Amino acid sequence: MSDARDAIIEVRGLSNRFGEHVVHEDIDLDIRRGEIFGVVGGSGTGKSVLLRSIVGLKRPDGGSIRVFGEELQRLPPAQRARLERRFGVLFQRGALFTSLNLQENVALPLIEHAGLSRPDAERIARVKLALAGLPPSSAGLRPDALSGGMIKRAALARALALDPEVLFLDEPTAGLDPIGAAAFDRLLVTLRDALGFSVFMVTHDLDTLYSSCDRVAVIADRRVLVADTLEVVAATDTPWVRDYFHGPRGRAAAGAARSRTGPDREER
Amino acid sequence: MPDTASRPGKLDQEAHRLRAVGDWTLPHYAQLRNDVIRVHEARTIDLERLGDLDTAGAALLVDLLGPETLREIAEGARGLTHERRAMLMAVADAMRDPLFPPPAPRTTPLTALAGLGLAVERLGRQQLALLGFIGFTLSSLLGTLLRPRRWRLTALVAHIQQTGLNAIPIVALLTFLVGAVVAFLGATVLRDFGATLYTVNLVTYSFLREFGVLLAAILLAGRTASAFTAQIGSMKANEELDALRAQGLSPMELLVLPRVLAMLLSLPVLTLVGMLSGMVGGALVCALALDISTTQFLTILQRDIPLRHFLVGLGKAPLFAFVIAAIGCLEGMKAGASAQSVGEHTTSSVVQSIFMIILLDALAALFFMEMGW
Repeated sequence: MSDARDAIIEVRGLSNRFGEHVVHEDIDLDIRRGEIFGVVGGSGTGKSVLLRSIVGLKRPDGGSIRVFGEELQRLPPAQRARLERRFGVLFQRGALFTSLNLQENVALPLIEHAGLSRPDAERIARVKLALAGLPPSSAGLRPDALSGGMIKRAALARALALDPEVLFLDEPTAGLDPIGAAAFDRLLVTLRDALGFSVFMVTHDLDTLYSSCDRVAVIADRRVLVADTLEVVAATDTPWVRDYFHGPRGRAAAGAARSRTGPDREER
Repeated sequence: MPDTASRPGKLDQEAHRLRAVGDWTLPHYAQLRNDVIRVHEARTIDLERLGDLDTAGAALLVDLLGPETLREIAEGARGLTHERRAMLMAVADAMRDPLFPPPAPRTTPLTALAGLGLAVERLGRQQLALLGFIGFTLSSLLGTLLRPRRWRLTALVAHIQQTGLNAIPIVALLTFLVGAVVAFLGATVLRDFGATLYTVNLVTYSFLREFGVLLAAILLAGRTASAFTAQIGSMKANEELDALRAQGLSPMELLVLPRVLAMLLSLPVLTLVGMLSGMVGGALVCALALDISTTQFLTILQRDIPLRHFLVGLGKAPLFAFVIAAIGCLEGMKAGASAQSVGEHTTSSVVQSIFMIILLDALAALFFMEMGW
């Protein structure tokens, strides 16, 4: 249903190493427009490094990464900045600017990149905060006054500030309670359907995989074992995948997903 | 598919019929907002000729029509794609609560007065906290001294290296230069009285009694109090202090005492370094510019300057060291979880410790003068 032109991120032959320690070797990945793409793997398999390589925070040691058809590392700075404006990144621990309140955090890229006046930017910032599910009273709070769930939501609002075409999420539901995590998953799907961005998500959370991801890649042994729909991935017969998807937590998440999406699948 | 050329968004108004035209996107936000503000009442809008739309544009439509009306329009309008309808609904739902809650009450002279009172109270509490912290440090110091098993020798040695050993070059260089400057000053003033020889007394007096310890202490306040605050502050931001407490370990014993002790041992040594190199600076100027040979310098030093002055200067070092270390550690403990707060407390620790050093030095000078030492 989708050919190569549909891919907005193409990773070819990527390799990454830190000194002697090889993290990635010859990784190929495609992320298509409008999909929610999940990356799973054990701790220390370099999921976050992969995300940082794609966003351009880490220079890969080999291979190429093309985003929107351009190779980020080869672009002149101005063009690169223009391309990076089409990204939204949510870091593992939120990475909100602690010296600014939430409204200012979200308004910053609007003022710097979109050239809006401060009142206009703050108005839009409040819309984004509301979209991310935060109450209006939270706009004046500093990040150190927030709970983990609110930090993730605020970070999502900031990532959405410039209406990005791709959203990069690093463990978006880690550290949230199950109710908060489920709400975040729903929010992500709702926003994706409404705003039409693509999502590249690194996660450990099985429920997130089942409830929101269209395709999933498994990273193990320095390479991508499999990248496909959840059914295909879960049916792959390798030890890690078996333990992950068919362990007690995996079965529980799969069961919950079936009972949730069974009857009303047609509606979406 | 959207055209490559962006058509600026507009709000057309023809005989009470509103029509959204062009791209309602972020780059045109300011212009569109002007258009929207000018419309007083809107019941319906024609979206058929709308170009691109993003959340900023959708938010403007909500501003124009109100969330309820826009929802109805979005549900009923023909020619809207599924995605666009979903976006309008999502933004309308998000903006159902007013974006700006009622503003906080304005400041009046009375609230300003209350603010002043709060600031004074905070200052008082801060001094009280410092006193309490010093007492706490002293009592834990005594408690630990009697039990050698609880001495943190590794941490102590590491901190002595950072605060003492690594500071020797900068202290030596700075006091050397100040010593030379004092000698020049003395020579210039004393020449008129034909008393150039007293430059030696001036340099040695001032460095033994005051400058050696004062310069070393001020340097350490800038160099080490700030480091203590930043280290402990970022540990606190990372909940490391809580982790220690939760494991039944005392941050006072693990973090504060090694630093205080290292400071107590380092500052006297640095004071000695400061005195010596200040006098070397003075002696060099004497030898090169005033024809007072080094032998002569040392003879005068030995004959005219009693040991008392050296002891007066050195005696202040432990006091200053303790105050600097206590302020540095306490400010670190008071820091909050944000980068901003760690920065503020670092600044505050340097300012406070330099202030306290100079204040204590002035009091000590008064005391020693009255005692005739």
